[in-house]
This record gives sequence, C-alpha cells and structure tokens, in this order.
Amino acid sequence: MNTVGYTAIVLQVGAVVAGAPLLTGLMRQTRARLEGRAGAGVLQPWRDVRKLLRKEPITPVGTGPAFRWAPPLLVATSLVLAVLVPLISTDTPVRGRADLIVVVSLLALGTLALALAGLDTGTAFGGMGASREMTIAALVEPTILMAVFALSIPAGSTNLPVIVAGAADQPARLTSPAGLLAIAALAVAVLAESGRLPVDNPATHLELTMVHEAMTLEYAGPDLALVEFGAHLRLTVLLGLLASLFAPWGIATGASLAAVLLALLLAVLKVAVLGMALAAAEVFWAKLRLFRVPELLAGSFLLALLAVTASYFLGGEGGQR
Amino acid sequence: MSESLFTQLLDLACGAFLLAAVVVLWRRELAAIVRLFALQGLALAAIALLLGLHEDRWDLIVVAAGIGALRAGLLPYLIRRALATLVTDRAQGQDQAAYTHSEEVRETQPLVNVAASLLTAAALTLLAYAVARPLVELDPTPATRALPVGLAVVLIGFFVLVTRRRALAQVVGFLLLDNGITATAFLAASGVPLIVELGVSFDVLLAVLVLQLLTVRVREAFGTTDIDDLRELHD
Repeated sequence: MNTVGYTAIVLQVGAVVAGAPLLTGLMRQTRARLEGRAGAGVLQPWRDVRKLLRKEPITPVGTGPAFRWAPPLLVATSLVLAVLVPLISTDTPVRGRADLIVVVSLLALGTLALALAGLDTGTAFGGMGASREMTIAALVEPTILMAVFALSIPAGSTNLPVIVAGAADQPARLTSPAGLLAIAALAVAVLAESGRLPVDNPATHLELTMVHEAMTLEYAGPDLALVEFGAHLRLTVLLGLLASLFAPWGIATGASLAAVLLALLLAVLKVAVLGMALAAAEVFWAKLRLFRVPELLAGSFLLALLAVTASYFLGGEGGQR
Repeated sequence: MSESLFTQLLDLACGAFLLAAVVVLWRRELAAIVRLFALQGLALAAIALLLGLHEDRWDLIVVAAGIGALRAGLLPYLIRRALATLVTDRAQGQDQAAYTHSEEVRETQPLVNVAASLLTAAALTLLAYAVARPLVELDPTPATRALPVGLAVVLIGFFVLVTRRRALAQVVGFLLLDNGITATAFLAASGVPLIVELGVSFDVLLAVLVLQLLTVRVREAFGTTDIDDLRELHD
C-alpha cells in the first residue's frame, strides 16, 4: 500500500546518516567563524570517521563485553530512532510503533550502554563520567517524557506521529501556555541529553569538566568512530524531534511523493537552522558548574510539569477536542 | 472580544503569573527577583484587565490600572531603593563594594537549596490543583478553571517566605503571597468591591514601606540582613 511510506523512511534514514556528521561539522564551522577562526570545514567529522575506521581496533586489557558492545549498541539504537521519529512524514509503515515511551527508552538504552562501557574500563575518568552521565540522565529522561506528555494531552495519544500531525493541523496548540512551557523544557532536556554546552562541553578534554568525553576516553580506532558517529546521530535525531514537535509545518501527512520530498528539504533546512542557532548561542554561553546542572534540570523538569498541569487543567474540556 | 481569544489570553496571563513566581525560586540575585516580581504585577494587572473587558465592568479596568501602577511600578521601585541603600551604605562604610556585592544582594544560601525548592514548587502546584478541584467544579468557566494558579502562587509565596534568609527576599515572598490572594479573588469572584481593593492596596504599600525601613535599620544595627542571624534577644 505504502511505497511512499517506505520511500519516506529510506529517505529519512539516508538523510540522517549522511547528514549527522555534516550537522556536527556545520555547528563546529559556525562556531569557529563566530570566534574568528577559519574552522576545519563542514566535512571534517566525515574525514575523522573515515580516518578512525581505517585504524587497527584496540581494546584495553581487562575490559569485557560491556566495553566492546557499547559502540554498536549506541549506533544501533540511534539508527532505530532515526527510523521511528517522524521527521519528514507522519504516514509511514512504522508509525504504530513510534511511541513516545519507546523513543525515550531507546535514548536511555544508548546512554546506559555508554555509561556501562565507561565503568567497564575501570579507570577513574570512566567511572566519573559514567556517574555524572547517570546523574544527568536521571533528570533528563523524566523531563523529555513530561514535556511531550504536555503535547500528547491535546492529541489524546502518546504516539509521536499522531502528536506531530495534530500539531500540524492546529498550530494554536503550540502557542498555548502549555506548548510554550513544553518547548522551553524540551529544549533544555535536548541540550543536556546531547551533551551540549551549558551542561557538557563537547569540545573539551579537560579532566574536571568532561562528562561524555570521560566515558569514551579509552576508545580508539573503529570503536571510537562508532561512538562519535552515534553521538552525531543522536544530536541530529534529537534536534529533528524538537523541530518536528514544535515547528511541524511542511511535514508530509499524506501519501504523496512530492510532499515527502518537500518535507525532506524542509526538515534538513529546519535542523540546519536549529543547529546553527545552537552553535551561535553556545559562543555566548559558559559551561555551568557541575553542581549547578541539577538546578537547571530540576527547573526544566518543573517547566515540563507545569506544562502538563496547564495542559490538563486549564485546557479542561477545550483540550479534549 | 471573542470567547476563545479571551480564554487564550487569560490562560497566557495566568501562565506568566505562575511562571514568574516559580522563577523567583530559581534566581539568586535579589535584583532579578524584584524584576520578576514587577513582571508578575503586570501579569496580575492583565488578568484584571481581561476580566474587566470580558464582563464590561469599568471599575475592574480602573482597578487593573491601579494594580499595575502599584505592583509593577511603585512596590518594585521601593524594594529596589532599599536594595540600593544597603549596597551603597556598605560600600561607603567599609569600602568593600565587591565583597558586599556578592553578600548582600544575593540569596547565597537559602534554607532549602534551589533544586529542592523547584521540586517543592512542583509539588505545591499539584497540591493547589488538587485542593481547588471541587471549587472549579462548582462553576467551570475559563476564569475559575485558572483558580489553582492563584492558590499555587499563594503556596509558593509562603514557601519563599519561610525558606529565604535575606530580608528583602522575604518581603518579595510576602508580596507574592499577596499577589496570589488578589489573583484568587479575581479569578473566583471577579474581584472584591472597590473599597476593599483600595484598602488592601494601601495596606500592602504601608507594609512594604515599614519593612523597607525595618530592613535598613536591621542592616544598620546588625551589619547584615540575614534574618537567620537574629535569634537571640539583646538589651
């Protein structure tokens, strides 16, 4: 029935896989230009991945399966997310399975795999990074759930394509207080989950501040390539999710190839603009002290909770349309 | 004004009202807290104005203007002046402007840390919704449906009042409490009679004037506005 649906999925996964390192490259390049540096070029992350993949695989002595399986698991969960999340079409063959809770648990699975790998190396930095990552994750996952719940109440379903299609139909849902609060909460949660600046500095290898980098410190060669590629994929999927939840305009809701192609173009554009805006904002931000991070995340959790209560109580019968 | 537009704007004003109260818990700088309080006064005036426009009552519109002038203009101005006095006194007296800047104008060490107070605010909001539910069911209009927002701000105001150490942060807590009560009155019964409203407003104004003086005196007598230090009686 649904060749267009399958085409949409293939296009979406292709675009995410090819575009994820490019997005990271674009963000680094934007940042470099704003800081007055020449920058390494948009293609640099792809070059890095290619270089690392050609190297000899090495694992530290004494590491077990958790360390070896984490990179493939991270990439695999990110790829499944890239299939499930409705980025360019809400009418795909997998739409019945693209539930919010599945998406969040896949995200958590990737985080958990990396944290276990960090513990498995038995080094001080690995354990420190894993402990920090889990502290952050414990606050971020509920926030993502809550923020999207606030949007799922008017839609009457936790299914992501249904929420996105509903928001594309009725843009007024997004400008309500609940929608605005949920946008703010989810934006903070996405920053924390993808390890961006106020929470974690992706460009640093300074021992006292790193979170994500500390867990992956022992990786080398093809494994490191997979870990970095997985991080790029997650960032792309999360920004894409943010874009389709809060700016769903132009997403394909029917089975027309032209609409899918247009939506692909728009989705790429939206994610690129979001990424560049994020990179530009990061120039002006400083990293938060680690002990202040729970404050930020508790605040965003509170915003998400207020969004849910506002959506449920203020909306009343009006929300159940 | 159409019914749905009224509902949307009222929800937006109530959302801003509650959000301002919550962000007061988040921020540490007293200056930022006072700015947020002024913002909340504006949201409260907007609620009164919307109700007045919706019910075609001119006295409510006048009350809205009065509330805006008092709570978004005069009271923040008074608190800011007290704050300025605290800072300049210290700077002239001991020439340690940098030190006082971090000590007197910031809520450095609230009794409950910021993350925990944010989570408490979440719990208090839910409590307000649970408590207000039977009241809302009596007459579910857009205004009464927003009633829990007023109650939540009352509870958050109480919370600020009991957990902050700086005298001026406690004054803001007291004013949040009063804002919450006024908002509840507006949302539940479209406001109290004009004369009562005037009385309450003057009461609040006088309370703030007295508290402002008291803060400055406390500061002169004890060298700090940290209320926690005032535990023992002296001759």
